[in-house]
Amino acid sequence: MNPLLELRGVSRRFGGLTAVSNVTLTVRPGEIVGLIGPNGAGKTTLVNVMTGVHPATAGSVLFNGRDVTRLAPWQAARAGIGRTFQIVQPFPELTVVENVAAAALFAGGAASIREARALAVEHLEFVGLGELAQRSASALTLAMRKRLELAKGLAMRPRLLLLDEVNAGLNSSEINQALELIQAVAARGVTILIIEHLMKVVTTLCSRVVVLHHGELIAEGTPLTVMRDPKVVQAYLGKRYAENTAGAVHD
Amino acid sequence: MSKSVMATADTAARRDLGLACVLFVLLALPPFLADTYILRLGTTMLMYAVLALSWNFIGGMAGYPSFATAAFFGLGAYAGGVAQKFGISMWIAWGIAGLLALLFAAALGLALLRLRGHYFAIASLVVAEVLREVINSATDLTGGGMGLNLPLRTGQSVVQQADFFYWTMLGLAAVAMAATIAVQHGRLGFGLRCIQQNESAADMLGVNTTATKTSAFALSAVFTGIAGAIYASWVNYIEPPDVFDVLYSVKPIVMVLLGGAGSVFGPLIGAGVFLGLEEIVWRRFLEVHSGVLGLLIVLLVLFLPRGLAGIARRRSRGSVS
Repeated sequence: MNPLLELRGVSRRFGGLTAVSNVTLTVRPGEIVGLIGPNGAGKTTLVNVMTGVHPATAGSVLFNGRDVTRLAPWQAARAGIGRTFQIVQPFPELTVVENVAAAALFAGGAASIREARALAVEHLEFVGLGELAQRSASALTLAMRKRLELAKGLAMRPRLLLLDEVNAGLNSSEINQALELIQAVAARGVTILIIEHLMKVVTTLCSRVVVLHHGELIAEGTPLTVMRDPKVVQAYLGKRYAENTAGAVHD
Repeated sequence: MSKSVMATADTAARRDLGLACVLFVLLALPPFLADTYILRLGTTMLMYAVLALSWNFIGGMAGYPSFATAAFFGLGAYAGGVAQKFGISMWIAWGIAGLLALLFAAALGLALLRLRGHYFAIASLVVAEVLREVINSATDLTGGGMGLNLPLRTGQSVVQQADFFYWTMLGLAAVAMAATIAVQHGRLGFGLRCIQQNESAADMLGVNTTATKTSAFALSAVFTGIAGAIYASWVNYIEPPDVFDVLYSVKPIVMVLLGGAGSVFGPLIGAGVFLGLEEIVWRRFLEVHSGVLGLLIVLLVLFLPRGLAGIARRRSRGSVS
């Protein structure tokens, strides 16, 4: 099967700092891929490279066979790459339904504001915010804002959805709800690349995990094999710990 | 559920349109009732309303604090004046003025709208100064510092002329108002509101921010340019320090802030209230009137960030919930 997303030797430098270095990666249609790595590994930068916020300084990004390396963010959004933000970014003075309608209108191909609003209501009911449609977005709790992000992401009608820590800051019952929601999204045929720190989420959702460390891809495979990989253990817990427990790591 | 959500949006547009119609019918009465002094005030108020409605596109809806209003106003005035100097009829000259301001703003916007916040404000402030110097030095075409005389309208009494310019400003204000309502409730206004709230988030949701902002800037220029050209014909004589006066940039901002930024009727309310203040209060503070203007801006920003329209909105929202 042709890959939906393909990164070929992608690097991103900020002056002298190389945030992402020579990353080659493919995501096939229908997959849920986890992108993990310690803080500062370059995960969010990689998402920003894919969406045109910080275009790659070397290498190329192909989406559905088309070179999208140089697209502006709004063009990437219309091409079918949706994303949510680690730090939620609602339009605070718009209502919840308007927030989602904006995504449906400008990226999701809705023909009119009326249609965008109708689609937005559907997406809000899907993520469980239907009752709050008319509230101002600034009135939502963090867990609700994360769901709002997801509804916005869905309203963009993406083929690929990049979820940047949608579960960070949620309590465990909220996480369980979020997990069900993400699985329901995947069941609709949306391919998902998820940045995540919580191993519970990664092991539950992802069929494949890629690990980023200091901007480089250091491991790739199923969640279990990746977690046993000495390089990954070393990246998270340090070299000494990795050597002491070599071969004895259990999940 | 979904029905009520959509109904509110449609009725809001219809309500605004209805209210605007009533308002403009009322505004059409003075020529039948009032003397030329009131008509002159009314024409000035309508011109202010055009400038305020224009600024609202870029400053209120998009949240870009533009100080380029004087530039578009002066450009329109001179474009209209010079065109008539070459024998082009008044109406066509006004059209040329609007078109020129539109094209100028579109080109300017592509460069200036990359800047945000204070940087954009400062850059836009310079534009009028540059144009003023250009017009000053193009003596052959514009008369330079000597100013430019426009053809007098012959065969009309003073009262007829007062009526005529009141009607034309009213017509322009009505068009600007209609454009405001159309934009506010349409795709463009939606995009502008997203940009005003969070530009990078809007970008990532698929809003073509460059095209959207540039459209708003061009819209703000076209009506301002025509207003400048009508003003030139109205007063018959223009000179650079008059039509490029920085107060043409500042006053519309005060009016919009006074009335309510980003709202449909805020600019109109603001223009009316501002003219009242100008006529009643200003004359008593002749020496320090720019100081009073500054004080007014500070008080507005501190105590009425959403303007007079914001008070009404807060009231109505409070009563619903």
